[in-house]
Amino acid sequence: MHQEDIVIVTLKVNGVERPLAVEPRRLLCDALREDLGLTGTNLGCEQGVCGSCTVLVDGESVRSCLMFAVQAGGCEITTVEGLASGETLHPLQAAFWEKQALQCGFCTPGFLMAGVELLRRNPEPDEAGVRAALAGNTCRCTGYEHIVDAVLAAADGAARERTFAEEPEVDVAAEVVAREGR
Amino acid sequence: MKPPSFRYFAARSADEAVGLLAEHGAGARVLAGGQSLVQEMNARRVAPEVLVDVNPAAELAFVRQENGTLSIGALTRTSQVESDATLDGSLTGLREAAARVGHVAVRNRGTVGGNLAHADPAANLPPVMLALDAEVVARGSGGDRSISAANFFLGPHRTALAPAELLTEVRLPLPPEGAGSAFIEVSRRDRGWGIAGAAAVVALDREGGISDARIGLSGVGPTAVRARPAEEVVIGERPSAELWKAAAGAAAAALDAPPSDVHASGRYRRHLAGVLVARALAAAADRAERRN
Repeated sequence: MHQEDIVIVTLKVNGVERPLAVEPRRLLCDALREDLGLTGTNLGCEQGVCGSCTVLVDGESVRSCLMFAVQAGGCEITTVEGLASGETLHPLQAAFWEKQALQCGFCTPGFLMAGVELLRRNPEPDEAGVRAALAGNTCRCTGYEHIVDAVLAAADGAARERTFAEEPEVDVAAEVVAREGR
Repeated sequence: MKPPSFRYFAARSADEAVGLLAEHGAGARVLAGGQSLVQEMNARRVAPEVLVDVNPAAELAFVRQENGTLSIGALTRTSQVESDATLDGSLTGLREAAARVGHVAVRNRGTVGGNLAHADPAANLPPVMLALDAEVVARGSGGDRSISAANFFLGPHRTALAPAELLTEVRLPLPPEGAGSAFIEVSRRDRGWGIAGAAAVVALDREGGISDARIGLSGVGPTAVRARPAEEVVIGERPSAELWKAAAGAAAAALDAPPSDVHASGRYRRHLAGVLVARALAAAADRAERRN
């Protein structure tokens, strides 16, 4: 790699400008994960098929494995890390929690970003609309039913707001600290 | 996998892109939506030395209707065509085809020009452009030239574009008042890769007879093809289920060795082509009747 092949690009990710020096071949997904440490975006197939790496670029869902980081300069990028507001989950995240819409969770960030885009474009989708919008995302655990339920629930506003702070019983780190005294 | 290294140039205009392509020669490729090219680079099936990124060339993204012609800029995203209500009426089939080019995230990035220039035999837009008698505008260092869709697709991933030419726009004559169009495909998964697809445009005269019909097929040969024998069956006749069936038979019989692969046998594709021709004609004629 020659020095002249390095490109300086500033990515605006979740509202924060992050200057980067990358090779042109650096995929957006790898810039997010490797260079910026935003590992919420997962890589499944790396060929644009599974939808795991879906992020929003200027509000629209894209496969971040099929876009180069140098192409995203000046764009507003939203990753799954940008959904929650502090301790308060995004309504769609809360709905995934309520409806148990994940098992292993690997595909979840991609589904959330696709779902967020859908609900912004169409706040009242029917089931067929939800399934069409999520058809580009693959889940190998859930069978999709609970994911569809969660998006519909979020659209209904049925999922109540939920914060991490309301759920001390699932704070594993605190339990470990208490038990082991670290 | 990760893509091999390349030199990157951002083109802010079509002319700048053409200049970069001429300067860098056969090792340069145009990067538009990247939904096929980057996938192939990630899989290390292709390794361009230079990528000319036309995404900054905003002048290439437009949909215009004027003087009886629809012009679509090469950088227009498939999702823009899908959601463009000004295309309703005689061009509903174009919207339908755009709405089935992969999934939402693919359509948000993938472009009309890319879909045509990639020339995949199973892609959605080539058969629509054949049915709509479109022409492709190619810009080289010597200026623009237009290539009819019928002469544009030469084989799988092969087109009439010269290496240093850029596809800048596609133009098509608006179908006559009272025409209807439709696009139908069959794929194993919803919006997955099409096994075969059919686009149809049907124009009706005042008495309800078919004054014109054009049909394009995808997935049944090395390129998208016109189904002229089926067109000849229906022109001058009145719409009916029997007529669509006769057209289906003519379309299927005329195909030259549809390909067999893991998704479907050639025999099945031939059968499917007939079924899709009948359905696309019926849908297009139904829309034309509603508009008359």
